[in-house]
Amino acid sequence: MLFFSFFKTLVDHEVTIELKNDLCITGTLKSVDQFLNIKLDEIRVKDEARYPHLAAVKNVFIRGSVVRYVHLPANAVDTALLEDATRREAGNAAGGKGR
Amino acid sequence: MFGGHYLPKTMCSSLGDPPPKGRSRTGAYETLYIYPPTLPPQMFTTSAQLLDLTDKKLMITLRDGRKIIGVLRAWDQVPNLVIQNTTERIFAGGMYCDVPRGILIVRGENVLLLGEIDLDREDDIPLPQRSYAELAPLQEIEKKELKRRDKVHRKKLRALGFEDEGEVLH
Repeated sequence: MLFFSFFKTLVDHEVTIELKNDLCITGTLKSVDQFLNIKLDEIRVKDEARYPHLAAVKNVFIRGSVVRYVHLPANAVDTALLEDATRREAGNAAGGKGR
Repeated sequence: MFGGHYLPKTMCSSLGDPPPKGRSRTGAYETLYIYPPTLPPQMFTTSAQLLDLTDKKLMITLRDGRKIIGVLRAWDQVPNLVIQNTTERIFAGGMYCDVPRGILIVRGENVLLLGEIDLDREDDIPLPQRSYAELAPLQEIEKKELKRRDKVHRKKLRALGFEDEGEVLH
């Protein structure tokens, strides 16, 4: 659940989602759920001429399974905290097995 | 905040903020998240994301590249969708056409994205509309070309040691 929590901290930041079909959508991250489905507001599409079907679309819900990359604003990510959380989560997973 | 573990309901009062007043908590929520203080956990469920798209006119892109326009009527967490009054919009050769498709149930795995259509802008399509008969052969050609390009693309990626992404998405 680490990345779910992480994405929750990025709400209201501007992110770019690259889909597995190479479509790049930039927008304000509005919400994310446990499958990492993502909702973006006020979207812009890179290379708009190639995707005329998105011309009149204002916000999108993207299914988590089709996302290739999420481009994040670097200043919104605390990598040290993220590293700590990763170790803690890994520790929890290892410790949890015997329970 | 990064820990993000599920907590049993009973532990929440001691750890998180109390749920905002006026929001009823239904029995459906067995667990709660630790959440940033201002945002209630209900915001971060598939249902919350789709609730405000319900009964709206949407553009749905499917995994095979089809673009469906219709009104979202029902959904679940996967999300399987029921879409009413649908038309399939076909783009080919810098033109488009609409084909009526009625009511559809879409299995969740085939959904790429849903976009809410801005009703003020929906008619400003910069492309000329043609009949399906005119576009069908063009579409065939473009599909074949896309398939060919995809094959080359994947072959090159494999040669560079990249793992196949498994499914062809358009």
